[in-house]
Amino acid sequence: MYPINDNIEKPLTQHIKNDGSWLTLKEYESTGGYQALKKALQMKPAEIIQVVLDSGLKGRGGAGFPTGKKWSTIDISENASSIKYLVANADEMEPGSFKDRFLLEGNPHQLIEGIIIGAYAIQASFSYIFLRWAYHLAGKALTQSIQEAYDAGYLGKNIGGSGFNLDMSLHISVGRYMCGEETALLNALEGKRSNPRAKPPYPSNSGLFGKPTIVNNVETLSNVPHIIMKGANWFMNLSKTGEGGTKLYGASGKVKSPGLWELPLGISLRELLEDYAGGMADGYRFKGVLPGGGSTDFLVEEHLDVAMDYASVAKAGSRLGTGTIIVLDDKTCPVGMVHNLERFFAQESCGWCTPCREGLPWTAKILYALETGAGKTEDLNILEFHTHYMAPGNTFCALAPGAMEPLQSALKYFKADFEMHIHQHKCPWNS
Amino acid sequence: MMAKIFIDDKPYEVDGSKNLLETALSIGLNLPYFCWHPAMHSVGACRQCAIIKYKDDDDKKGKLVMACMEPVADNLHISIEAPEAHAFRAGNVEALMTNHPHDCPVCDEGGECHLQDMTVMTGHNERRYCYTKRTHNNQYLGPFVNHEMNRCIQCYRCVRFYKDYAGGKDLDVFAAHNDVYFGRQEEGVLESEFSGNLVEVCPTGVFTDKTLKKHYTRKWDLTNAPSVCHQCSLGCNIIASERYGTIRRVLSRFNGDVNGYFLCDRGRFGYEYINSKNRIITPARLVNGSFAAITAGDAVQEIKAIINTENNTIGIGSPKASMESNFLLRELVGPANFYAGVPAREGKLIRQVIAILDNGKVKTPSLSEAKTYDAVFILGEDLTNTAPMLALSLRQAAKNEPNEIARAVKIPDWNDAATREAVQGATGPFFIAAAHDTKLDDIATGIYHASPDQIAGFGNAVAGNINRQLNFVAADAEIEKLSDTISAALLAAKKPLIVAGTSLYNEAIVQAAANIAYALKDRGKDAGLIYILPEANSIGSALLADQYLEDAFAQASPKEAKSVIILENDLYQRMDKTATDTFLQYFTNVISLDYLENATTRNSTLLLPAGTFAEADGTIISNEGRAQRFYQVHVPKNDVRSSWKWLAELMAAYDSSPINLDAVIDRLTAAFPALQAIQYVAPSAGFREDTQKIPRSPQRYSGRTAINADMHVSEPRPPADPDSALSYTMEGYVGIPPPALTPFYWSPGWNSAQAINKYQIEVGGELHGGNPGKRLFEPDPNSKAAYFNSTPSACSPKEGQYMVLPLYHIFGSDELSAQSPAVAERVPQPYIALNDSDAGKAGIVEGAIIEILLSGNKKWLPVKLKMGLPQGTAGLPKGLQETAGIIYPFYTTIKIAGND
Repeated sequence: MYPINDNIEKPLTQHIKNDGSWLTLKEYESTGGYQALKKALQMKPAEIIQVVLDSGLKGRGGAGFPTGKKWSTIDISENASSIKYLVANADEMEPGSFKDRFLLEGNPHQLIEGIIIGAYAIQASFSYIFLRWAYHLAGKALTQSIQEAYDAGYLGKNIGGSGFNLDMSLHISVGRYMCGEETALLNALEGKRSNPRAKPPYPSNSGLFGKPTIVNNVETLSNVPHIIMKGANWFMNLSKTGEGGTKLYGASGKVKSPGLWELPLGISLRELLEDYAGGMADGYRFKGVLPGGGSTDFLVEEHLDVAMDYASVAKAGSRLGTGTIIVLDDKTCPVGMVHNLERFFAQESCGWCTPCREGLPWTAKILYALETGAGKTEDLNILEFHTHYMAPGNTFCALAPGAMEPLQSALKYFKADFEMHIHQHKCPWNS
Repeated sequence: MMAKIFIDDKPYEVDGSKNLLETALSIGLNLPYFCWHPAMHSVGACRQCAIIKYKDDDDKKGKLVMACMEPVADNLHISIEAPEAHAFRAGNVEALMTNHPHDCPVCDEGGECHLQDMTVMTGHNERRYCYTKRTHNNQYLGPFVNHEMNRCIQCYRCVRFYKDYAGGKDLDVFAAHNDVYFGRQEEGVLESEFSGNLVEVCPTGVFTDKTLKKHYTRKWDLTNAPSVCHQCSLGCNIIASERYGTIRRVLSRFNGDVNGYFLCDRGRFGYEYINSKNRIITPARLVNGSFAAITAGDAVQEIKAIINTENNTIGIGSPKASMESNFLLRELVGPANFYAGVPAREGKLIRQVIAILDNGKVKTPSLSEAKTYDAVFILGEDLTNTAPMLALSLRQAAKNEPNEIARAVKIPDWNDAATREAVQGATGPFFIAAAHDTKLDDIATGIYHASPDQIAGFGNAVAGNINRQLNFVAADAEIEKLSDTISAALLAAKKPLIVAGTSLYNEAIVQAAANIAYALKDRGKDAGLIYILPEANSIGSALLADQYLEDAFAQASPKEAKSVIILENDLYQRMDKTATDTFLQYFTNVISLDYLENATTRNSTLLLPAGTFAEADGTIISNEGRAQRFYQVHVPKNDVRSSWKWLAELMAAYDSSPINLDAVIDRLTAAFPALQAIQYVAPSAGFREDTQKIPRSPQRYSGRTAINADMHVSEPRPPADPDSALSYTMEGYVGIPPPALTPFYWSPGWNSAQAINKYQIEVGGELHGGNPGKRLFEPDPNSKAAYFNSTPSACSPKEGQYMVLPLYHIFGSDELSAQSPAVAERVPQPYIALNDSDAGKAGIVEGAIIEILLSGNKKWLPVKLKMGLPQGTAGLPKGLQETAGIIYPFYTTIKIAGND
């Protein structure tokens, strides 16, 4: 579904093949692969961090934290811990998201090179790729590619004669949404329950096995070799806004052409929906959209011209998240859609903090009651209450606040639909 | 570092190193919480202690934060009372309650439930959740702890205590989301010796006291007394509770210098012997081979006649009995006729320990202070079985050195999860030299298994490394290496702690431990030295006598018919059966004061029913040298009373006026000026708070006394208590009494044990009025104590002989607690332990029955192979009925049964 008939620069995906096979080491090298590593190893770690900082690269996992800033929180002085870790978060489980998968299955070496450069920048000696269990093909690709990188001397001792040592290990998760949260991921990597950790201390201070650690998303790290090769300015200029780079955007739902596209960061929601996803499928009308995966607020018709970058989507009342939009149409019940999401989030709660553990199942039960005609007027107040109860900061991590985003925005934009469920004692979409 | 903070616009000067929850509680404010615990600190899970934190003076909106996860900062403004904070806290309880069964009327926790208290505190009172609740199956967890998972509010305190604090391995959290389950991987007895603390740690009724359940009573219907555990030498403080004449349960009584919040399972669940059918409840006289009950008056007259006419009565004291009872027996029979109730080997060892405590060269820290040491060396003690709560303290001490890792990355001490993450389970220097494997081995950084004399020699080698002037050398190269490691670690530590004891009956071990501690002290280290003793009042009773059972046995003769008074002591537990039989037969009158029928009472001619700690007042002296008072819980409706009361009645000198506890203590301290401190252990009987006595029962509004209403509607007059400032009613002073007189914890809105917050100056810290107890021995900077030169004789047993050592069992080695039904379920069957290579050579396998000569009698016991037991040694479980009267160590032969 990848459109190749445009002239937009697509550093991340330009070399990905159409036949479903991934780029081998040879193929990757033939596209200029591992040149960035060679260049990086000539640089000082602090210089790399500065370039990444200048590029404006923001975390592509959903939170959008500036990557260079994250890296600069690691102490790389003489007194620093001799053991540090860099972890690639490949536990892509956000509902509606499938962007990292595309990179993992298509160009694993791009990620590996990004990890090595990142590890060098923070002076880590060990790196992990934490992979979602269901990504079997990516698992194969990474296993083979890590071995190739070792064989070629890109991993192991004295990489490229630089004196820098780095090991890399692929960790295949058992599959919990919770593991996408970086501190829960670290706990899982240590063999513990995937409960999140309180911050502070941040992982850069006490992370994996209590050592300084940086966790970055797959797409984030895959950008790093290109930034090193072509510079911060080039990267900044890729985007249509002040936030640098391209972004993997995706679309699912009742659109004509669901798919995934690498586009300049800041393309408008309307362009994404109409030009790339082909508009609504025949017979369906647009009702709303979750712009960045299941844990983001709905945007509606009035927001279609919002630029799909971190600041603009936030201003519109939602989050760019993973940049993979889920489109709600007029023939799908919004209450049912939200119920489906809340049931998922309730199931995926780790059970550590009270609001998430107890609050999410309650909202899921109310939404189910609404869907099955057992809803009561006061239910809307209780749902409303939960959107405040599980607000950011009230819970231990971001899972529950994220889960509240589609609910609170649905209550805002589709309140009439909720009320219809109560008054008609049934789901109007399910007659 | 102090800081000024503003809570709801009121300024407070507070400790800058704490979090906001403990700060608010220490100020005395009410802020609800579940997952935080003063001994286990913060993890931020329950979200109950939400407050509003303001950026600065101008910030009026603020941000909701969890008080337990926020550090104090200077000029910080917070609000507990802000409506948004109130609403959040009420909502949080409402959420917790969605899966709670609301079964308070049938829940054992009801009336003292932290969840009830916190629910009321938040104001949540209306249920909006109308869907099904998740349900769980409960597990059988053994005889001590009942499990009802449906009540769980997932605060995670149970696993944090059981695993993280106490080192347990068989309780965990399973599953996820609102299905998380706290229990064992499969049903079974909880293995931890500290499992009973789950009862107090759990904020609701998931883990409750199974012994209480068998004779259940609500907290508000109990009569309680501040007491001291009698089941080992540590002197943990307890609250013992009674209703209708039976003891219902034991809880931890907070003492910031001793046991803090916790107890071991022997201490908590070992009380039920007090309710035994085998109690002696009336005086009795032996008539034609069986005992006939007589009145108390007749018994006193009869005994008085015996001891007055003969004037040649000897008395045998007891390390289980109080100072007062031992002292009055000594007074009654005269010091020359008074014997400490222990064998000479044990008695002399105890006096050796006392001499070391008394010389003050090295500090003997309290049980609680032991947690502050950063390097530990244990010689010869299996602490989990001989002094369980010290094992728990040392588990915390082992965390001190590694916790520096967390401090180095600026993680505050109260941030428990982050600290543990940074530390990664590392333990500080922790060395054990023992006769076999012990349960602390999992945190040890060095272990040495050897015979008692070798342990002493090893200890001296360590001392010799620290002080080169000492003439000690390691026995071989391997030992030298380990002793080098240990001495280097002890010298590198800020506060090294040496722990030894009497359990192997080896004087050289006791002396070697002192040598190490002295050597550290002489090198300028802030060293500590702790000794473990056999029983609750081993130190106290040894201070009153220096003649022992062998002396008593030796002076007894069939030629002169004497009488003997035996105080709370089954001699058959301590001495060889034949010798004891002979000894007792020499006496015309054998008068026993005891609680339970035993071999000695069966061989007596007159019995007086003695009060256990629940029916007696008195003072005992712990291993630390801390004198502590225990108070009678109730006045039994039979003739059971404090032994010292019986003895006072027998003494002519007290004929004219009734004697009370204070009068006995006056006499005791007059006779033993060195024990003057006993006067000040607790307020005297005349003490009044606000002109009133301290009630033993809480205020209550139930029909407690309605059970007798068919006979009479008015309440019977409560018994008077001439011996203490406590009353046997709910009437009296309402408020916080002096700590030594605190029978229960309660404060408005705080009905659970966590009301203790209100009794402490700072939560988790010292009690208002000071932690109870008076230390008799303090360090003396001018001490000139000399090193011990004794080199243990390395006597090796003859071919085919084994040196038999005592093996201790938390459940079994203590004679009284082992007779409590719940504990009895945990007492091991008798066995003999062998080294596996010895067993292999002799062709003996685990479970084989072998024949052993015990006190001249053949016994047949199954074999257990014990890790670490040195070659040439064997072990027998100490204190079981089948192993009573053995004096350890001894040499014997063993062979496979039937191979004659």
